This record gives sequence, structure tokens and C-alpha cells, in this order.
Amino acid sequence: MASGVILEVENLRVDIPVAAGMLHPVRGIGFSVSRGETLCIVGESGCGKSLTSLAIMGLLPKTAQRTADRMDFLGRDIRHLGEREMARQRGGSMSMIFQEPMTSLNPSYTIGNQLAEVHLRHVGQNRTAARDRAVFLLEKVGISAAASRLGQYPHQLSGGQRQRVMIAMALMCGPELIIADEPTTALDVTIQAQILHLLAELQREFQMGMILITHDLGIVARVADKVQVMYAGKTVEEGPCETVFDAPMHPYTQGLLRCIPIPGLTRRGERLGSVPGIVPNLVGTLSGCMFRNRCDHARDACANMRDEPTHMGDGHAYTCLRAPEEILGERQAAGTP
Amino acid sequence: MTEAALETVDVTCVFQVGQGFLRGSKPLRAVNGVSLKIPRGQVVGLVGESGCGKSTMANILLGLQRPSSGDVLYSGNSAAGFSRRQIARRIQPIFQDPYSSLNPTKTIEAIISQPLRIHNVGAPSEWTARVTEMLDVVGLPRRVAASYPSQLSGGQRQRVAIARALVMRPEVVICDEPTSALDVSVQSQILNLLQDLKEEFGLTYLLISHNLAVVQHMADRVAVMYLGRIVEEADSDALFDDPRHPYTRALLGSVLTPDPRLGVPDTHLGTIFPNPIDPPSGCPFHPRCPNCTDICQSVPPHLVSDGDHETECHLYGGAS
Ligand SMILES: Nc1ncnc2c1ncn2[C@@H]1O[C@H](COP(=O)(O)OP(=O)(O)OP(=O)(O)O)[C@@H](O)[C@H]1O
Ligand SMILES: Nc1ncnc2c1ncn2[C@@H]1O[C@H](COP(=O)(O)OP(=O)(O)OP(=O)(O)O)[C@@H](O)[C@H]1O
Ligand code: SF4
Ligand code: SF4
Ligand SMILES: [Mg+2]
Ligand SMILES: [Mg+2]
Repeated sequence: MASGVILEVENLRVDIPVAAGMLHPVRGIGFSVSRGETLCIVGESGCGKSLTSLAIMGLLPKTAQRTADRMDFLGRDIRHLGEREMARQRGGSMSMIFQEPMTSLNPSYTIGNQLAEVHLRHVGQNRTAARDRAVFLLEKVGISAAASRLGQYPHQLSGGQRQRVMIAMALMCGPELIIADEPTTALDVTIQAQILHLLAELQREFQMGMILITHDLGIVARVADKVQVMYAGKTVEEGPCETVFDAPMHPYTQGLLRCIPIPGLTRRGERLGSVPGIVPNLVGTLSGCMFRNRCDHARDACANMRDEPTHMGDGHAYTCLRAPEEILGERQAAGTP
Repeated sequence: MTEAALETVDVTCVFQVGQGFLRGSKPLRAVNGVSLKIPRGQVVGLVGESGCGKSTMANILLGLQRPSSGDVLYSGNSAAGFSRRQIARRIQPIFQDPYSSLNPTKTIEAIISQPLRIHNVGAPSEWTARVTEMLDVVGLPRRVAASYPSQLSGGQRQRVAIARALVMRPEVVICDEPTSALDVSVQSQILNLLQDLKEEFGLTYLLISHNLAVVQHMADRVAVMYLGRIVEEADSDALFDDPRHPYTRALLGSVLTPDPRLGVPDTHLGTIFPNPIDPPSGCPFHPRCPNCTDICQSVPPHLVSDGDHETECHLYGGAS
């Protein structure tokens, strides 16, 4: 294990019994996050991003079953920690920022009380120390007149301000790892940029590791050091951010990048690329490449593909059994770039 | 400029907002003197942050919300002379959320034919045929007619919403965040579809979106709203190449294009959000504006035209 590694996960699986059988929403995910590093997990709705993060935090729904070959946090195996011990980690050395701030803010307590509460629970110390830290962090996250805000209730703040309070709360105990699940999806672009800018700054300052979950490729490109592209519960491509954006290898990653209008590159009114079809049902026995019903390059053999990633060096890897030259050739022949 | 299919003239929409028990209510100017032309056959983009009045504008144009003052013109004629049904035949909406905008207890056929039934258009015997035609148009298999919304994916539901809007054969479609709830792979399909339908049926769109890349891709002309006012309006190229209002510049500066060589930009915007019930004096943007000067705090700027690029900011000579 490299010295800077905070979290290391191998072959993480989540299974949930549902009416139709066993759902396999996360099917063998692995990654590592180092100090000061941002890993972005990107993929379509339902591909298992949130369950992956909940699995790490020990916050899966009661019915879900989790297995992993490895889950080391700060060098310690956290797979078998009890609920009380996990709760001590959460909000302490690992903390989470959710998409909807009201899921973690309690409407009936003041901001000050809620921030102090986290601190008292995890750090102990006294109220004054907790209050000072709350004011310090609220100012850090750009909330003006922070001291006077402590007495306010969540509903008295704007959406962007509540999201900032959430970030302050996640930082209260100086976490080593932050997991942010779509932290800015519901916000305006200006506030989104402000909050991401802030997160990146704080992360650098405190040398935290960060896992940022999003379906927005613009955000990924701008904040990620490493990217993990998920499809149907598996990693289909991973690697350093620049490499994945410059030379995406998996047909799904390539497809996603063709879908987005990019000012200066896509022309007005021109057709955008698309990935037709929908994500497959993940109930029951699954085999082969699950992207095959949507892939322009699928062959019969894809139904029997085994998970053997092709390594390109530098941590860049993808899981597709067809040769990149063939895929490129087929795209050119079809007239699609 | 082409004739306006739809136009607002100095419309204002004031809501009375309760202040809590026994504290009475105060006026909130959700739309504050907006004149906007939507030329026939074009796509006009309307952008601005949450709460600036975009959906209220949409509702006013759809005849669902009465303006407190000002007028709405349909092909140059005052809305006062039109019945709800006449408006519905010209203008139809597509809303943001394909999950909540469709009635879960109705079949897709019932949902798509609903505007025909409500407004009593054509003979009931023709409705099924109209629905089938619309399913073909939006690229849904005919068999979904008997399905319920819960059986469809998000993208399919948004296609249903588009089919429901088009079944009336409207001239104008008001798209209020039509792809915001969708994944990029589905978003691109819907945008392509809207583009195709526009050409096929000669439609006019008002496209409300907070995704500026989407607006830049679709719109011929763009209006930027801030706190109930249009603060800048120009042809798309002019607006994106030469944004003038400091808010527009911040907005464009915040767009995160997928360029891995760039970081997250600093917007240089303050974090003091305006209270719409008690808007700031002078220029409503002044508490957040990086270019704010003394005059901005006391004197509201006027809209100034430079050709057809309009800006409401003292930097462009609004103080007269
Ligand atoms: N408690 C649960 N019981 C049954 N199925 C679940 C449960 N939670 C999630 N799922 C299913 O597991 C799959 C993965 O869900 P997850 O929330 O991880 O997706 P996601 O990638 O975060 O999607 P989104 O982008 O929409 O947030 C989905 O198909 C979802 O419906
Ligand atoms: N029926 C209503 N009663 C009182 N206030 C309202 C009503 N409808 C809207 N508002 C207020 O009017 C303002 C404009 O709201 P509107 O929904 O038009 O904003 P928007 O630009 O569409 O925002 P978003 O991007 O969040 O959809 C907001 O301050 C909102 O709270
Ligand atoms: S394995 Fe086959 S179906 Fe899967 S991405 Fe590669 S070519 Fe497409
Ligand atoms: S008028 Fe003044 S405060 Fe308003 S946008 Fe222009 S420079 Fe900024
Ligand atoms: Mg999620
Ligand atoms: Mg709205």
C-alpha cells in the first residue's frame, strides 16, 4: 500500500433482495483514494454510484448485503466493524455530503446547534471550541456574518447556503476522506461553480481525499484526478482524468462524451451523438458485457465476455473485448466521428 | 426581425407572500416589467438562476398565470381576446420533471389525448389515430399506448410529454427545463428530437434551461433574467461571444465544459443572495457584482440597445 493511500476497496459487491429476485446493483467495484486526491465516479442514473458510496460509509439499506475482498480505511480493515464503530468513523475521519442538504440538516435545530453537535460527538471538547470551529468553517465556506447565522434555522437559508452549511458540517471534525454524492446537482451554475471551487480549495488546504459522485462530465473533467466510469454496477473504464477524456477507450465512455453539447465544438442545431436504449435490469444471473444491448459494436462474443480489463499503463484500463482499431474503423465507416 | 409568434409587453407579476401568522403579506415581484419577443420559427433561450422568474414567465405565456400588469400578444393580438382553448391550441408546455408531470393512474394514450379531450378538439373517434401518429413522431413504440408512466424510463416519459404537447399541433412550445432531470445520454436524444420536430412542424420554442451549453446548442436568441428582469438579451452568438452584463459574464464563466486541463473557475461573485421580497436598491445585482460602483447602489439602470444586443447595466450607459 502506498503511503498516501486513505481508502482501498477491492471487488465491492452489493446485493439487494427484491420482489423479482436478487438485484445486483454493485458488481465488483474497486478503487483507491490517496491524500489530496479526487476520484470521480461517473455514470448513468441507477448504475450504482450512490450504493457504492453508502456501502463504504456503512449506510446501506437494511436489506442490502455487502461483500468485498478488501475495504481498508487508513490502513484498517473496516469490513467487519460494528455499527457503533462505523458511526464513530462517519462524521469523524470520513464524512459525506449528500445531494439534498435537507436529508442531513434537521429543520428543527439551529445551524449552530447542528454544527456543534457533530463536533461534540466526535471530538469531545467543550462548547466554546465547537462554536469557534463552526464560525471558522462557515466563514471558510463563504457564509457572511457567520457568528450571527448560528442561531438561524435551515429554512431561513437559501439552497446554496444550506449546501455550504452541509460542507462546513462535513468538515467539522477534520475528515481524511470526503464522499460527496452529487453535491451540486440541484444548484444554479454560478453556485455550483462557487461550491466546487470551494471544495477543491479546502481539499488542497487540508489534504483530504475526496470521492465525488456525479453524472456531469463537465464537473468530472474539471475536478477529478482519477475517473471511474460505471455502467450497470461495474467499472467499464478508469484512469487519470486527462487520459480518459482525451483517449476514451470504452464504447460507453466514448458515447457519453459524444452526447454533450460542447460550446465551440458542437455546432448549433447539429445532431448530438446518443447512446440509445436504456440500462439493463440487474436482477438475477448476469453475464457478459451488460452494455451489449446498447453498443454499436456488439458481437455475439460480447455476451460471454469475462471481466478482464485491458491495461493501457498509467492506471488507465477498460473492459471491452473488441480491439480499439476495429471500433474506430466501424465508426468511420458509419460516418460517426 | 421575423414576426413575433408570441410577445410580452412590459409584463409584471406580483405575488402576495405571507409573512407568517398575523404578520400580513408582502408583494413579491416575480416578473418585473419584462418585454420579450419570440420570433416565429426561432428558438429563444431564457436563462437565469433559480427563483429569477423563468417559470412564472412560462406560465404567463401559457395563459396559466395572469400578469398583474402588461400584456401578452399572440401573433400581435392581445391575449385578452383569446379563450383558454384558443391559447392551448397555439401554445403547449413541456415541463421539467417527466416523473411528476404525468398522471400515474392514466395510460399513455389517455395522457397524450388529454389536451384533445379537455379542449374538445376533433371527434373522439379520431383521438386514437392522433395518439398513434404522435407516438410515431416522438419515436415511441405504439405498444406503449396501453402502458402506464411507471412502466417507462425517464427519457420515454419525456417523449410522452412532448407527444402530449404536440398533439394539439401548437405553433409554440414552451420547454421549461425539458432535459434537466435526464441523463446526458437521454438528454441528447430529447434535444435531437426537439430539433427534428422544429424543422418538421416549423415550431417556435421558448427554451428555459439552466444548462447554458444546451441553450447555446439550441437557441437563436437568448434572454438572461435576474430577479424578475431581463438584464441582457441578444442573438446567441453575440451573447456567448460578447457577454456584457456582469451577471451574464459570471453565468458563462461558471459553465464547466468537459476540458480536463481547466479547473473550476472562480466566479468572483459575492455570496449575498437577494431577497425577492425586499430587493436591493439601485441595480438589483449590485450586492454580488464585481463591477459595482456608487451609482449602482442607488440608481436602477435602464435597458440600453446596441443594435439588437440589449443590456441593463450602468457600464453600458443605463443611467440617464
Ligand atoms: N433500497 C433499495 N432497494 C432496492 N433497490 C435499490 C435500493 N436502492 C437502490 N436500488 C437500486 O439499485 C440501483 C442502483 O442505485 P443507486 O442509487 O446506487 O444509483 P445511482 O447510480 O446513484 O443513480 P442516480 O444517478 O439516479 O442517483 C438502482 O437500480 C436502484 O433502483
Ligand atoms: N404562486 C406563487 N406564490 C408566491 N410566490 C411565488 C409563486 N410562484 C413563484 N413565486 C416566487 O416567484 C419567484 C419566481 O419563481 P419562478 O418559479 O418563476 O422561478 P424560476 O426562475 O422558474 O426558478 P427555478 O429555476 O428554481 O425553477 C420566486 O421567488 C418564487 O418563490
Ligand atoms: S464488450 Fe462488446 S458490447 Fe461490450 S462495450 Fe465492448 S464491443 Fe460493446
Ligand atoms: S449596474 Fe452596476 S451593479 Fe448592476 S450589473 Fe452593472 S455594474 Fe454591476
Ligand atoms: Mg445516486
Ligand atoms: Mg422554474
